[in-house]
Amino acid sequence: MRRIISVLVENEPGALSRIVGLFSQRNYNIETLNVAPTEDKTLSRLTLTTVGTPQSIEQITKQLNKLVDVVKLVDLTEGAHIEREMMLIKVRASGPMRAEVKRTADIFRGQIVDVTSSVYTIQLTGTAEKLDAFIEAIGQAQVLEVVRSGVTGIARGEKVLSL
Amino acid sequence: MEQLSGADMVVRSLADEGVEYIYGYPGGALLHVYDAIFRQKAVTHILVRHEQAATHMADGYARATGKAGVALVTSGPGATNTITGIATAYMDSIPMVVLSGQVPSGFIGSDMFQEVDMVGISRPIVKHSFLVKRAEDIPGIIKKAFYLAQTGRPGPVVVDIPKDITDLSKKYDYQYPEKVRMRSYNPPLKGHNGQIRKAVELLAESKKPIIYAGGGVILGNASNQLNTLAKKLNVPVTNTLMGLGCYPGSDRQFVGMLGMHGSYCANQTMHNADLILAVGVRFDDRVTNNVAKFCPGAKIVHIDIDPASIAKNVPVDVPIVGPVDAVLDTMLRQVDENETAIEPAALERWWKQINEWRNSRGGLFPYDKGDGTILKPQQVIETLYEVTKGEDTFVTSDVGQHQMFAAQYFPFDKPNRWINSGGLGTMGFGLPSAMGVKLSFPDSHVACVTGEGSIQMNIQELSTCLQYDLNVKIINLNNQALGMVRQWQDMQYDSRYSHSYMESLPDFVKLAESYGHVGIRVTDPSKLREEMERAFSLKDRLVFMDIQVDTREHVYPMQIKDGHMADLWLSKTERT
Repeated sequence: MRRIISVLVENEPGALSRIVGLFSQRNYNIETLNVAPTEDKTLSRLTLTTVGTPQSIEQITKQLNKLVDVVKLVDLTEGAHIEREMMLIKVRASGPMRAEVKRTADIFRGQIVDVTSSVYTIQLTGTAEKLDAFIEAIGQAQVLEVVRSGVTGIARGEKVLSL
Repeated sequence: MEQLSGADMVVRSLADEGVEYIYGYPGGALLHVYDAIFRQKAVTHILVRHEQAATHMADGYARATGKAGVALVTSGPGATNTITGIATAYMDSIPMVVLSGQVPSGFIGSDMFQEVDMVGISRPIVKHSFLVKRAEDIPGIIKKAFYLAQTGRPGPVVVDIPKDITDLSKKYDYQYPEKVRMRSYNPPLKGHNGQIRKAVELLAESKKPIIYAGGGVILGNASNQLNTLAKKLNVPVTNTLMGLGCYPGSDRQFVGMLGMHGSYCANQTMHNADLILAVGVRFDDRVTNNVAKFCPGAKIVHIDIDPASIAKNVPVDVPIVGPVDAVLDTMLRQVDENETAIEPAALERWWKQINEWRNSRGGLFPYDKGDGTILKPQQVIETLYEVTKGEDTFVTSDVGQHQMFAAQYFPFDKPNRWINSGGLGTMGFGLPSAMGVKLSFPDSHVACVTGEGSIQMNIQELSTCLQYDLNVKIINLNNQALGMVRQWQDMQYDSRYSHSYMESLPDFVKLAESYGHVGIRVTDPSKLREEMERAFSLKDRLVFMDIQVDTREHVYPMQIKDGHMADLWLSKTERT
């Protein structure tokens, strides 16, 4: 079961290492990890995706909650939510493929953010699944470099994760 | 406002926190702080011989008093030497504050002499840690460190202090905070009433209940409540290794320790129960045996202050998160209001069955007393109990067979009297933890039950004992082998004793004497009682009793791997 866990953390040095350390120490997986300060400078928001059984996810959230630096957390996948990930992808774009890559980027609502005579750099935002689908549509052979931000997310509606 | 240097603030903060003793060892990064210690009298510093012992002393103090123990060590090797002690405290949820020196702030990360990333190295084994960035923060951080160590589920906290922060020439306003609030740390203050009601209903409906109580009852000061509840409902009680003493070991309702080396009676009672009231325990693998076969007919109520402990290893019917004393208070009130009682006929049948289990073995922990020519380790513990009976006695232990014998044969009637490394299983824990206890309880008996393997892991502390008159009694069950290792080698490796034999043992009597103590060797079973009485009568001397015991003895019962709780070896040849 894939889960998106969103965590409000004290913006203190070492807080991130405690969270990441917890995962390796207790043999849990982190698939993606994304962290940045929030509008409140004393807090960082961290989003991570992990895979596990319902029991192991329960343990993960309980153990995260136990960390003194963790202020609050929510398992976004428990309710309706929006998931986004940003990707920068550099692809071969020469010959007949040049037009094809552009077309595919348009279909996925990607933007070409840098161009050379043989390479396009495309920016694409969406769920992790959509980004995977784009890479597949372009074809691995065309791909020169992929940078993904890791998943971020937010609950739908009026539900808010804040102090 | 009073002006103090960083170093003086460290020591004053400890004094203002009410700390009586710190156990430590000086070094370069701490020289400012040691100078501040020299210039005051409020806090007494005890100089150990190895930093690991400082943490175990702090740990022993904490287990006996319930207050956080404090260790003070220098950077680098001083800090790394505390790791085993910190992990020991972490695994058993013991409140402890470890102050470590660090290289000056500007040099952190430069691989300076005696630099180690203490916050990083200790991260997986602390409740929390701090790196002090500004001298002004010292009082606040020390206050927080004690608050975190002692509240909620207790645990060790590390405070790493760079040398420049303690500079004696720079002074700052000093005020020790009275209160501390942390928005990200709010331990529960009471349990959920609805959940407690459900638990009381299950108790009322039960026909074969048992209370399974552990170290959390001792840490949470809930022994009185637990005893009242058990007596009121006339329910059998078992204790984990960590819980011994939270319910009187000599009481009729006590069925013995449970688990890997628990009594036949306790393990049978658990396995056949229809309701388990689990209080301050964590369903450790040394208790449950194979969790898939764990107590198949039982509903489980689990009270613990740490939600992460609940349903971690075993699914639970009624989880109750909260401090055990507050939860049990509420439970007792509900029991009184509803006049809750367990159906008398059912309870009578249950007790008849339990007493059959008890009597069929001739007691909780029967053993073969042999022909009287060789001392049995069990007999030594029984004698220790007889000799110290009626006086306030603390028993610390190391790890191995002697630890299990002490747990089995010394009935603890009060909490905080049995001090051992249950979770981490740290050899070398016994002597320094006994020293920590003795320092704070100079008029009580403090016995360190150990073995010739374990005692050598912190033997250097005999020197500290002389310096500070820490007159503990060392009961060395000398079987000339790493007994528990050899027991497993006997049972699982066709008695191939790979490195479990202790060759070239020192003469412990002479060793004790060379450190300025009294050494007594006992080989003759008929002399044991009188020699032990002599040892305990020497109140102002440390006595090292080197007791030559049966080298072939095993600890029984012993759970059979992958079985259920009550699948036991009862002796070398007999199993359930």
